[in-house]
Amino acid sequence: MSHDIHLHHITRIEGHGNIVLNIREGRIEELRLEIVESPRFFEVMVKGRHITEAPHITSRICGICAISHTSASVKACEAALGITPSETVVLLRKVLLNAETLQSHILHLYLLVAPDFFRVGSVIPLAKTHPDIVKRGLRLKKTANEICRILVGRHVHPIGMTIGGFTKMPTQKDLQEVRKVLEAAIPDMEETVRLFEGLEIPEFNRETRYCSLHDEGEYALYDGTLYSKDTPLTEVTQYREFITEEVIEYSTAKHVRSGDNSIMVGALARLNNNHAHLSPEAKETAARLSLSLPCTNPFMNNAAQVVESVHCIYDSLRLLDLLFENTPLPPSSGTEFKHLSGTEFNSVPPKIIRAGLGVGVVEAPRGTLYHEYGVDERGMIQSVNCIIPTAQNLANIEKDIRAIVPMILGLPKEEIERTLEMLTRAYDPCISCSTHFLEVKFVE
Amino acid sequence: MKPKIGVFSFTSCEGCQLQVLNLEDELPALLGQIEFVNFREAMSEKGEDYEIAFIEGSITRESEIEELKRIRERAKVLIAFGACAHLGGVNVLKNFHPQSTWLSSVYGRTDLFSDTISTRRIKDVVSIDFVIPGCPVDKKEFLRFVQGLLLNIKPILPDYPVCVECRSRGNICLVEEGKWCLGSVTRAGCEAICPTYREACAACRGLVEEPNIESLCNILMANGLSKEEIQAKFNLFNGLEVIAFPP
Repeated sequence: MSHDIHLHHITRIEGHGNIVLNIREGRIEELRLEIVESPRFFEVMVKGRHITEAPHITSRICGICAISHTSASVKACEAALGITPSETVVLLRKVLLNAETLQSHILHLYLLVAPDFFRVGSVIPLAKTHPDIVKRGLRLKKTANEICRILVGRHVHPIGMTIGGFTKMPTQKDLQEVRKVLEAAIPDMEETVRLFEGLEIPEFNRETRYCSLHDEGEYALYDGTLYSKDTPLTEVTQYREFITEEVIEYSTAKHVRSGDNSIMVGALARLNNNHAHLSPEAKETAARLSLSLPCTNPFMNNAAQVVESVHCIYDSLRLLDLLFENTPLPPSSGTEFKHLSGTEFNSVPPKIIRAGLGVGVVEAPRGTLYHEYGVDERGMIQSVNCIIPTAQNLANIEKDIRAIVPMILGLPKEEIERTLEMLTRAYDPCISCSTHFLEVKFVE
Repeated sequence: MKPKIGVFSFTSCEGCQLQVLNLEDELPALLGQIEFVNFREAMSEKGEDYEIAFIEGSITRESEIEELKRIRERAKVLIAFGACAHLGGVNVLKNFHPQSTWLSSVYGRTDLFSDTISTRRIKDVVSIDFVIPGCPVDKKEFLRFVQGLLLNIKPILPDYPVCVECRSRGNICLVEEGKWCLGSVTRAGCEAICPTYREACAACRGLVEEPNIESLCNILMANGLSKEEIQAKFNLFNGLEVIAFPP
């Protein structure tokens, strides 16, 4: 049996990618997941700019995970400058990161994945056949956008997040509004779990190395140590001992490995590593979706996204309780949190600018995101390194395709194509993100 | 007949496309009025029979030039959608570094992806009919624009500066506080969202027709910025625009 499969510009993923697969006499002769997105050269763009501009410029790496890029960026800047943000600031950033994770997963599940389950080409025909489902997805997506609007102006690209804190601190009234938005989303989230309970997931298992942040105290998204089952816990500053990158001729995004292994990052990897710290509601969701952990079926990444979405809502409600506890002001409308000194973007006092090197790592919706900047004594950026989740998954997706193709060879060509697109899409690749980087020169 | 629309993405973060999907309340009604025939981020169908093309992103590769020209031939109306398409946006920052360093600093070699070129705006490659500015585009402005198309009303962008909207929102002026902000020379229409969140306007929507650059430079220099620092702020989004800085 021979097939030439060339899926040009895989659809319903973020960015431009192709799958090239030649099968001769039942054997794979050639297989490439080509990333053809134009490289953007962010490390060149940021070089020579002032460190206070880095969060705004690097947010433009990705419209979908702008909060994650901004978070990793402010953390890297703070590490370079030796600034420790207050607990209030960290709690608010965690609420924002939860919101982005929720928005990104919901966008993927409802607008990009659901059409596969209903066997339609996109959300547009789905809106005709199943309008209630599409409207529910949009409502949940809006939940996250609303939270970002209230706290930092908008989701694409957040305005108020800055080195040391926020340009405009939210008020208690804002927090009450956020709580209301989250509570209103619970019934829709419940319906979402029910929807995904009934969906069939292809049976396919392949063990790989699952990498993520890890924290002993909570489900790690904003902070933690680098973790995989088979490697020693690694501080984020030592990330080059944890993963390595290589240039691939047919991919404008680099591939990432851990030792000789391809790795998987993202929702399923995080659940495999950190499920003990999920909220009770999210643990219950995992059970309802028959997601027994650890899980080695990459298609289950979609179920893992549902579980994390539930977690993000309940975890944010917990964070809000902490914020209200920490703020000894009466919860009357218009009462502002105390402004933090030296937090405003264009008023970072010159005395805190110093030469340094900083690493900032967060869990973006699609996996671990690394930013590293070296700055000189004037605060001008001399070196930049960013490693993007999708780049970390590419080698693993190729390995999965290699493993699944022999199992589906007997199917018609269209079914093989559909399965491969579904497999790639299950990873929720964000390709425009993954094609800009990498420089390994540092300030002496 | 519903107008047929294609949304195309070149070098960008795809955040402007996402702003369309972020119209959660309006999207179902919008889909009753227009037909997306090509919108790769959201759909598998790839129609070539679009009348209106929204172009997101800058042009940074030889191959993108050909693709853009092909879209221009098919589309009756072509819109530069967002700052990358309109101004080049942050993508232009790489143009300030020698081209020889781009590939080597990212990939450690120069033999791959060598069709990379200096960042260009859409209007540098094909003629454009309209602009929806911003980084990202304002989703309400996009909606007004589509309403205009449906009613055959030519969309108009405001030709007054962000300051007008900022004042009307009752914001405290960042420049008066001794900080930098480019709102006084930047085209309004964003409801001054950045200064409202106490962040400087970085002119992502481009400049008004007759910007008073000299006066702004004088004030910012009095606030302690050097001439180079002021130019660097303009370069964030307007690196390809010809701006008459005072000597």
